Amino acid sequence: MDVIVFLTFALTAVVCAANMILQRHPISSAISLIGVMGSLAVLYLLLGAEFLAAVQVIVYAGAIMVLFVFVIMLLNAEAEQKTGQSLVARYVGIPALLVFLALLGLLIRALAPASRQVVFGGFTGGTPLAVGRTLFTEYLLPFEVTSILILVAILGAIVLARKEAD
Amino acid sequence: MEYVIVTLVKAAVFSGALLLALLYLQWIERKVIAHVQLRLGPWRVGPHGLLQPIADVVKLLTKEDLMPAGASRFLFVLAPFLAVFLALIPVAFFPFGPEVEIFGVRTHLQLADLNIGILFLLAVSSLGVYGIALAGWSSNSKYSLLGGLRSSAQMVSYELPLALAIVAPLLLANTLSLRELADFQSGYYAGWIPRWNIFHLPAPQILGFVIFLIAAFAETNRIPFDLPEAENELVAGFHTEYSSLKFASFFMAEYANIITGCALATVLFLGAWNPLWPESKGSAWFPVMLFAAAGAVALYHGLHPAHARDRRTLPIAAVAFWIVAAVFLLPPLKPVLLPVFWFCLKAGLLIFFFIWVRATLPRFRYDQLMRFCWKVLFPVAMVNLLVTGWLVADFGG
Repeated sequence: MDVIVFLTFALTAVVCAANMILQRHPISSAISLIGVMGSLAVLYLLLGAEFLAAVQVIVYAGAIMVLFVFVIMLLNAEAEQKTGQSLVARYVGIPALLVFLALLGLLIRALAPASRQVVFGGFTGGTPLAVGRTLFTEYLLPFEVTSILILVAILGAIVLARKEAD
Repeated sequence: MEYVIVTLVKAAVFSGALLLALLYLQWIERKVIAHVQLRLGPWRVGPHGLLQPIADVVKLLTKEDLMPAGASRFLFVLAPFLAVFLALIPVAFFPFGPEVEIFGVRTHLQLADLNIGILFLLAVSSLGVYGIALAGWSSNSKYSLLGGLRSSAQMVSYELPLALAIVAPLLLANTLSLRELADFQSGYYAGWIPRWNIFHLPAPQILGFVIFLIAAFAETNRIPFDLPEAENELVAGFHTEYSSLKFASFFMAEYANIITGCALATVLFLGAWNPLWPESKGSAWFPVMLFAAAGAVALYHGLHPAHARDRRTLPIAAVAFWIVAAVFLLPPLKPVLLPVFWFCLKAGLLIFFFIWVRATLPRFRYDQLMRFCWKVLFPVAMVNLLVTGWLVADFGG
């Protein structure tokens, strides 16, 4: 049962990701990306990280992607025009991609530690309680530093966006 | 096996009740607004227009389903489906009562209890904006696009104070599960003050309740925050181009979102199914008295009719009210009906408040809307959360 759900949503995530690149229109790409986010949330849930799953949907699918869609709508972006393909891309592209994937696979096999069997639901550190405890004890400093970093980024964006006072 | 059957029965009852409520909510809204404005409201179809919702459904079903030229076909169809689908999910999570025994079966008056229940509801509600945004974009119309843009900006902004207002009662109760939240609020101080979160020591959530309600108005695109569908500037906003069943889907989604918001406020702040005063002081008799009184009022107006037809219809209504009152006296049904009655009463009064506000207030201007969210509501919600956290940490939750 777990395996069926896993395969379904893993496949959905991959198909949505591929669709995101293949679509010509920015809105279609954004919606495919939402599909990827949603499938990832289900995968997190399968692994027993329920807090992460909920936050994945709330933050990525519910907030960040809404802003993406908002900006695309605001700029009224049109479908991308297909430009004339270069000869190099047409003839070397697919072989180069295959070589790249093979190299990537070799690299992962060589570098990754001996793989362990993944047990669905075997992970128990995914409750809000466990995440909160880790965040406020072990990772307190990185957590706070990240929040300050984001604050600085927001301030920078406001300064950049402010109209020049004439 | 028994679990499956009980769950199926509960699912059928809950979804049936929800759909019936959706159908009649718009009748209630039209009636309430009409009476606020000294009109009669729906009147022709059935006694007091009671069959008007069914007539409306038939009308919507038989209208032509239009698709604007140049619309993005897939998204144009997906948007209303998404809106209504996401709006109907939350009913599965609300605790309408405690664990009860009915006809020899012990069960919770709730379909599913997630230990991240509130987070799940937030996730579903944060996805709800796509229905509106995509409808606005895919319609290929400037009014729809403006409505969709406004609503996505508004809903993302008001989600922040909404979430902050939700966190404070969670701190008090120390749980994310809606069932535990409801159980946490049972009991009374000094024998009569309910331990609802708006009264709960050490940090009464009155301010949080107000913030939640205001943000809920904005999230459901209701007056005074109904800029996404502002009639006098945007025709009908994001659903201008929709007709027939697709239009009905948006209508249903809006009412389902109002019900969800009010039910969530009831669970978070108003003690879910817990009665206003303890059973030892006779709270179990309240629904009986209420329906009996309603029957008496109906009978009085039937005997002194303002319209000729009332002479026949109102006495029938009176008898119906008295039958309902008598049902609340039946011992086997009492443990189920009483909590459900209190839950529906509180949520219903909040829904009435939503309608009342619609009949009373004008619309905000767009810059006022954004300024109010970021410069008033958000800081106040933050302070409320900090004070709650401090009180809970120092004086024990």
